[in-house]
Order: sequence, then structure tokens, then C-alpha cells
Amino acid sequence: MEHVIEMLNIRKEFGNFVANDNITLQLKKGEIHALLGENGAGKSTLMNVLFGLYQPEGGEIRVRGKAVKITDPNIANNLGIGMVHQHFMLVEDFSVTENIILGNEPTNVGMISVNTAAKKVKELSELYGLDVDPHAKIQDISVGMQQRVEILKTLYRGAEILIFDEPTASLTPQEITELIRIMRRLIEEGKSIILITHKLKEIMDVSDRVTIIRKGQGIGTVTTSESNPNELASLMVGRQVEFTTIKTVANPSTNVLEIKDLVVTDYRGIEKVKGLNLTVRKGEIVGIAGIDGNGQSELIEAITGLRKVKSGHVFLNEEEITGKRPRKITEAGVGHIPQDRHKHGLVLDFPIGHNIALQTYYTKPISKNGMMNYATISRIAKEIIQKFDVRTQGDHEPARALSGGNQQKAIIGREINRNPDLLIAALPTRGLDVGAIEFIHQQLIEQRDKGKAVLLISFELDEVMNVSDRIAVIYDGQIVDTLNPLQTNEQELGLLMAGQSKNGSQSNQVIEEDRTNV
Amino acid sequence: MSFLEVLYFLVPAAIFYAAPLIITAIGGVFSERSGVVNIGLEGLMVVGAFVGILFNLTFVQVFGAGTEWWALLAAMIAAALFSLLHAVATVSFRADQVVSGVAINLLAIALCLFLVKMIYGKGQTDFVQERFLRFDIPLVEKIPFIGPMFFQNVYGTSILAIVIAILAWVVLYYTPFGLRLRSVGEHPMAADTMGINVSRMRYIAVMISGGLAGIGGAIYSQSISLDFGHSTINGQGFMALAAMIFGKWHPLGAMGAALFFGFAQALSIVGGSLPIIKEVPSVFLLILPYVLTILALAGFIGKANAPKAIGTPYIKGKR
Amino acid sequence: MSNRLVNNLVPVISVILGLIVGAIVMLVSGYDPILGYAALWNGIFGDAYTVGETLRQITPYILAGLAVAFAFRTGLFNIGVEGQLIVGWFAAAYVGFAFDLPKVIHLPLAILAAAAAGALWGFIPGYLKARFKVHEVIVTIMMNYVALHTTNALIRTVSDGGDKTGVIQPTASLRSDFLENLTDFSRLHYGIIIALAMVLVVWIILEKTTRGFELKAVGLNHYASDYSGMNVNKNIILAMVISGALAGLGGAMEALGTFEYVSVKGGFTGIGFDGIAVALLGANTPLGVIFGATLFGSLKYGALNMPNQAGIPVEIVSIVIAIIIFFVASGYVIRLFLERFSKKKEAK
Repeated sequence: MEHVIEMLNIRKEFGNFVANDNITLQLKKGEIHALLGENGAGKSTLMNVLFGLYQPEGGEIRVRGKAVKITDPNIANNLGIGMVHQHFMLVEDFSVTENIILGNEPTNVGMISVNTAAKKVKELSELYGLDVDPHAKIQDISVGMQQRVEILKTLYRGAEILIFDEPTASLTPQEITELIRIMRRLIEEGKSIILITHKLKEIMDVSDRVTIIRKGQGIGTVTTSESNPNELASLMVGRQVEFTTIKTVANPSTNVLEIKDLVVTDYRGIEKVKGLNLTVRKGEIVGIAGIDGNGQSELIEAITGLRKVKSGHVFLNEEEITGKRPRKITEAGVGHIPQDRHKHGLVLDFPIGHNIALQTYYTKPISKNGMMNYATISRIAKEIIQKFDVRTQGDHEPARALSGGNQQKAIIGREINRNPDLLIAALPTRGLDVGAIEFIHQQLIEQRDKGKAVLLISFELDEVMNVSDRIAVIYDGQIVDTLNPLQTNEQELGLLMAGQSKNGSQSNQVIEEDRTNV
Repeated sequence: MSFLEVLYFLVPAAIFYAAPLIITAIGGVFSERSGVVNIGLEGLMVVGAFVGILFNLTFVQVFGAGTEWWALLAAMIAAALFSLLHAVATVSFRADQVVSGVAINLLAIALCLFLVKMIYGKGQTDFVQERFLRFDIPLVEKIPFIGPMFFQNVYGTSILAIVIAILAWVVLYYTPFGLRLRSVGEHPMAADTMGINVSRMRYIAVMISGGLAGIGGAIYSQSISLDFGHSTINGQGFMALAAMIFGKWHPLGAMGAALFFGFAQALSIVGGSLPIIKEVPSVFLLILPYVLTILALAGFIGKANAPKAIGTPYIKGKR
Repeated sequence: MSNRLVNNLVPVISVILGLIVGAIVMLVSGYDPILGYAALWNGIFGDAYTVGETLRQITPYILAGLAVAFAFRTGLFNIGVEGQLIVGWFAAAYVGFAFDLPKVIHLPLAILAAAAAGALWGFIPGYLKARFKVHEVIVTIMMNYVALHTTNALIRTVSDGGDKTGVIQPTASLRSDFLENLTDFSRLHYGIIIALAMVLVVWIILEKTTRGFELKAVGLNHYASDYSGMNVNKNIILAMVISGALAGLGGAMEALGTFEYVSVKGGFTGIGFDGIAVALLGANTPLGVIFGATLFGSLKYGALNMPNQAGIPVEIVSIVIAIIIFFVASGYVIRLFLERFSKKKEAK
């Protein structure tokens, strides 16, 4: 079969850093070709080279057999290459149609002919079964529909080759199913697809072939049907990967965290946590499984005092901490690894040492009579840096200069070092490589073994199933069920996370309070 | 004076004072809608005011009556070129947009006064002979009530300001150029992936703001001050900035806000002869536009939403 | 080339480029730049009197620069220094001439009044930012004009319609016979000591105190500061209040030292806007502010000698200052240039 795209021996450098080194990817017409690699392996860089956002230092790109130079996105568009970006490239304030025609507007005596454009958008939407309202504003439509608008943008420009960059990252399972259907429909209509992902399951489900890259190097291409997830994982990481974390049986005792009938609203005043009940005991890890947006962020922010509680109670060691200021809650014995380490976890322009002191800067011996003792900060920081294997040039290096994994290790070190009774870990491994993920999982288990209570929030089912001692499934602001990870499976969890109860019916109010105490 | 007479006097005066504000504020709308903060409007008005007077005084023999309109054109070109400095600094050199605006303001007044002293050997220019004058618009001026308010004693500049506002609205909201300009200010990376040259759009937008502020300044100097000195433009640019924000970054909104500010100015200048207003200390009328803008920003008068990408340079390839 | 060296080189290169552009402007306009800069030099260092006057000019620049720099370090852009300085000027002058008190009370009271007035003018944008998330840049710009018109009205009120207040009582004055004698009867006053003391105070706040740690953290990332239990709103307001107080003190220098009265103003003093340049040139550090204030204060005062000695309009110096700001603000390009330059050297 002919190749519609050939990227041969591509090399891309940023200063002294080689992001892509000798990578080859050949896309056949009518196939779904997965591009697999860890975070930071160079997948996005390679695709940005193809889309004309970066210029390669070496190698050749051929489109339908002809060598081309793609110096800007316009050229990529003209060659029939379209990109569905991971972070949607949509102007929130514009309508669907305006976003689609931007840069390529049909006009009538100098004025944009909105109606002509909307009609064409509607036609395309129907042809590919995308179900998009051309006149809706982006800010008013769901994430899934926004992604379909991104797809329409490429189709409107006549794309024959579509690049999907981590398309399932923020979708619900139903939306993922819908997306896979749309991708198959696109193939039926003669399009070809490159799918960038690090999720093995998706690759096995949908792709025809897989090209694997590791640390900027091209590893090779395999046919999906002749491979398996284990092989793909070891190709991606470069060694055998343990899919399950080794840990002893939990030995939980008294309640540390108790949440009763908690109601929390988001910034618009809409209820996101709707009467939630949850208990975490000494010596256990409770994992909260759920799809992004079901109230996880609001729940954590309410426990830690970052967000107001509308009603209900939060107890820590039987003392009420509901609605207290974050500092009071921290001092009461809560450690918090926040879900967005750049936003909440670190002051990126502060030295890493200052960041390690971020929760204790006002306490003795770091601060005395309102004056800081920076020498002490430096000493404490150095200890933590060593203990938690934070790779840095020293405690004076700005946090910004550290890699994501090392930033996260510094945060974990800071929180664990305060010896909290409850450790909340929100998406602690997001965007990290396998080595750092394993280290962080070990730290959480170690805390459990020391008799701490650990609350883990994750969107990755694998993580929840491997690390937790109990799994609490969150859906629409409530814990709909609590399960033993050894006695459940992905199918059951997936259904619960999607709001289906075990017998398949829609569950809104399936909370059985005694279950949370299993 | 009867109430109607007061209105017949105040309304044209308000529009007259508002004209430079309207045009400059709309210049601000173009720049900020593209994502470039422009607090240099004041300085750009200074350039316009100076070049307008300079051209008028220099070429009055050549152009005679109507020199003031040619002077507007010269002021527009000069201020647009001057605003290139802001564009280069903020778009290409990634300078802080507010700092660059401050520098524009300092440079404009310094440079113009330097030139005044060099050319005229004194601190301010002579007065111009050819200035913007009032006229009645035939036929419609006879309409009762509306005629005396809007169509008698009209300044050409008032008409120009309203035409520019409507034109700006059409361009920004109904043409491809406007859609692209706004997309660059909301989500420059999205615009980039759609093949729009972000830097080029921002250069154009900043230069439009320069050109319009130049016209605004030249109208002010040729209809209100009639000469140019160190305090000719004294806060007009910042008031235009306020009108732009008060008008929620929309051309017609900016026009409405500028008209209101013009009304306050007209009141503070002629208020002494009016009942009731006479009792209000003039300082309240002077600070009214600024206080209102602060209140508007605080959300007491409807929430104003600035373009999302405003104030940030666009760096290609950075996520 | 080390980062630190580059950071220090950017302002120095900017100043040199600014002076070169100034020379070009003079050349193009038919003036002799050498004559011009010689006149500038004499205007700054000519004799004891000019040195004294230069130092006097530097005094409010230090405080204005400190105000801007302090705000910058705590994540705020205070363009309102001009207005805060004006209200401080008025408050100090009013307390200075309206009260009759012994010097040990009167002088500190007048100074405090200026700081308090400036602090109030800073509090409003600080509060609006903390409470309503209003960006401080626009509010402080608007507050400048409110300050200008309001103080003008107040001056007219307290002087029965006149356009300047009475001269302050000697008990509220910063005048110094010692400094005047030292500098051939210039108007140099004790304010310079206050200004330098404030440099030290600001340095201690920012670099040594726990409060400074909080203020800087909030300025750099208010989400992380909230997470770590800091009171973000309180710190934002406090930062604006301290910045405003420093600016108000700048006004006290004019009210109690240089002029000893306050008069109705047609426009701004310009000191507040120049303070932005001072802070920028000084990389927003207290010590850097001394450097920036010295440079711009000297240029501003020295320029007054240029029309007399070289026949060049004083505005040339404002042109140079504006150009310097452009270059400092465009530091990215200078850095890029320096990097290329040092790389080429390494290659050799």
C-alpha cells in the first residue's frame, strides 16, 4: 500500500537538547497509525515538525512520495495535513463556525458570509456524523463537542491526513467510544490518521500499526495485531515494566479522615460535590476512581480549606476541620500533594530550597521573631533533596529549572517531612516518566506502612487499582460505591465511573453509607 | 436658559469634546483586541497634536482653508509611524507592554517639546489660523428638537468620529480582518495554527491605534487648544483608555463611554452658567470619568472582560 | 557568560545605547553632542552647589523608584506612584503649615501624614485587586488623575482660592543648615538620609523578614501561596499600601525639603513615571534603585544646564531616559545579542 506520509530520519534540536533523533514514521493510506512514547519522549515535537510549527535539523518529509519542506502550518494545510490538538486551539469567545473558518473565511463584498459557512459546516458535520451546532459558542459546549469542532476545522480545510494528539486525555468513556467511532468513519471516507498517545489500551483497540519512540529515539514500528501490551510497554520504556506494584496487605485501624454529607460548589456556584461520604483510616490507601470533572478537585480543595464548604462536615482525627483556613488544616496534620504542581505546588521562580520551606517558613527554627533564617532553610532543603532523590544542582536552583519528576519529588518530600497523619495525593504521577511514577508509588505505600492515612485521587484506572487498598468510585459528586481492588476489574469500575450501577441502570443515588466502612 | 436651550447647547458641546476621545479610544480597541496593551495612547495623541499644529502652521499658505484636514492626515501618518516603536518593542522584542507604553508617553512629549523649542525657539507654538469650524447640516437642521441638538452647529470632526466608530465596528465584527485580529488577541496560538501571522496582525493593530490616536490628538489641538505646548494633551489619552475599558473593548461601547466623558467635560467647562450644575464643585466633574472607570472595573457597572491574551507576547512554539 | 553578569550588563548597555541615541538626535537636529554632554556633566558635577542640587533631585527618585520596585517584587505594577506622591506632597505640606507643634512632633507627623496619604492611595487599588480581581494598572492610572484634580481642589480650598498653600512652619522642615553650607547653599536637605534609610528598610523587609517571604511568594504565585496557608488578599493589599507609603514619602521630600509648600499643578510631576524607569534600571532591587535614581536624578537636574551652556532644549534628557526604558524593557534582545556574542568568542 502506498505511503501518504513518510518522515525519514527526522532530527530536531533545541539548543543542546536533541528532542528527535533519527526518527522514521511511515503512514499508509487508510490506516490508523499510533505514535507511542512516554511523556517527553518527543511525540509532540515530531508532530509539530510535520505540521510546520518546528523546522527539523535533519531528515526528510515526503507527502505522497514527494519530498516537501513544511515551513508553516499553512503549507501543512495545503498538503492536506490537519492536526487535532491536545489543548484545543479554539477561541472560546467565538462561535463554532467562526473558529472553523478562521483564516479561510468565505466573503461577500468584503464581509464574512456567516450563513454560507455555517451551511458548509453543517454539511460536513452530517457527513462524518459529528453532530455539531454551527452557531453555538465554544464556551457553551462540552469538551467532547469542542474536540469534534477541532476535527471539523481540519476537514473544512480538506485534510486527508489527520493527526490526533492525545485525544482521549480529557474525555469521558462514552466520549472515547464516540471518538473511536468517528475515527473509523474517517478511515471509511478515505482519510488516514496518526494517533499520538501513551495509553496502550487505546492503541490495542483502534490502531493498525504502532511506531514507538523513546527519549527522542525512534525504536521501530510494529503491527498492532502481532503485538501485545507487555511488548509495547517494554519497547516504550526500554525495560520490563511491572504492571502491579508490590505491597503487603493493609492493616487499617482507626478513622483519620471522615467526610459526612459534604456539599461543595464550583466558582460559578454550581454544586460539584453533592452530599459525599468517605472515610480513610490509619494504615490504608483509599483511591478515588473517577472521570475528570466529577467533583474530585472540589472535594480535595474543600478538605484542605482552599474552597468553601456549602454544607456537611469534615473530621480529622475526630476533630472538625470543616471550613477552617488552609493553614489550620495543614497544622492539624494534613499533607497535600496538589493536582497541578505548577499552579499550587510550587512557586516556580523561587529556589527549590524556598519551595521546600513553603509550608513551614513561618515556624521555628526557620523563622524567629518575624525574621527568616535562610541558612536553616538551606540545611533542611539539602536533607530533603538527598532523602527523596531530587536531582538538582543545589537548593538555590529555581524550581522552574527542575524536571517534572524532580519537582514532584521535592513536593512529596516537603509534605512527608512534616509527618502528616493524612496524606492527600492528587494525580501525583500525572505527566511523569515510569521511573518517577514507581518512586512515588513506593513513597505512598511507605507512608501507609508507617500507619498514615493516604487518600489518592487519580484518573488512571491502573494506578488506582495497583496502589489502593480500597477504591471509592466518584460519580457526579458522590461516592457511588466502595470496592476491594482485588475483587473488582476495569469493566466494573468503568461502568460505575460512567454512572451505571452494576446491573446496568443509571444510578444517581446509590450511596450505601455502611459500604464506605467495608 | 430653558432646559431645551441647555440641551441644544450641551449636546453638540459634548460630542465636540468627545470626538478626539472617541477616535483615540477606538484606536485603543484595535490594539488591545489584538492582545497589545496600549497605555501609550496619551503619547500617540501628543504626537498627533504636535504634528497637526506643525503641519497646519507650515502649510497653511499652500492648502489655505481645509489645511486642518490635511493636517489630520499628516498627524495620522506620523503617529502611526511613532507607534511602530511600541510594536517593535512589544511584539518583536517581547518588552513589557505597560513599560513600553510608559516609555512611549515619555518619549512623545519630550521629543515634541524638543522639536517645538528647536523650530520655534520657545516653549509653545503659535496659534493656528485654520481650525475646525461649526456648520449647520442643510435640511435636517430644520427637524424640531433633533435638528438643533444634532444637526446645528456641528463640527466635521464630530461626524468623522461617529463614522470611524461605526466603521471600526463593521471591520472588527464582520470582516475576515476583524475576526483574525480578535482571534490573535484571544488565542494567538489557535490563530497561528490556522495560518494567521500573529506578529503581523499585532503590528497592524498597533499602527492602526497609532494612526487613530494621531487623528484624535490633531483634532484636539486644532479645535480646542489651537496651539501646541507641554500641557496641550493632558490626560486625554488616558481618558480615551478609560473610555475603551468602560466601553468593554467594543467600538460602539467605547464611543458611548467617550460621549459620556465628553458630556462630563462639557459640563465642567460650561457648567458654571447652568443651574444645579453650578452648585457641584467642578472637581467632581473632573474626576468623574476616572472614578466611573474604576467602578466599572470593579464590576459595579457590568463586568468588563478584557481580551484573554492581552499583555502577553506570543512566542512561537512555546506551550 | 554568567546569568548574573548578563543581568548587570543589560542596564549598563541600555544606558550607553540611550546616550548614543541622544547624541544622534542632537547631531541630526544640528546641535553639538559633545558640547551638549559637557554641559550636562557640568550641570551635575560643576561645583558644590550643583552636586548638592543633584543629590536633592535624586532624593524623591529613590523613593519613587523604591515604591515601584517594591510593588514589582510583590507581583504588582504600581503606575500610581505619581498620584500617591502628589497626595503625599499635599498631606505633608498641609500638616506642615496648618499646625503649630514642637519640631520633634511636627516633622515626624508631617512625614507620617505623607506616608499615610500615599498608603491610602495605594490601598484602594490593592483592595480592588484583592476583593474584585481588578487589574491594578488601570486603577492606579485612574487614581493618578483623581489625585491630581482632588489635591488641586484641596489646595484651592485651604488657600481660600489661591493656587498654592502657605509655606510650612520651620518646625516641619527638612532643611539642613549643615548640608546647605556643605554644598554652597543648595537646597539639599535631610530627606536624602530618609531616602537611604528606606532603601535599607525595604531591603530588610524583602530579604530578611518572614513577611517579605510571604509578599514575594504571593507576588510570584498566589495559588501556591494560598495552598501554603498565606493570606493572599492581605498580602496584596499590604504590598500596595507599603508601595504607596514609599511614594507618599517621595512627596514629603518635595513638601518639607525642596519647595516647602504645594501649588496647583497643571500636570504631573513626572517623578512617579520616572520611578518606573528607576526601578527597571535597578532590576527592582533596593541597591539597584540607588543606582537608577542617581543616574536619572543626575540626568534630570544636569539637563537644566544644557539650554544655558549649549543652547540645547532640556527635553533631550527626557528623550534619552525614554530610550533607556525601551532598551531595558527590551532586555530580551540585548540578552540574545550578548549570548550570540559570547558564543562566537567561545568558538574562537
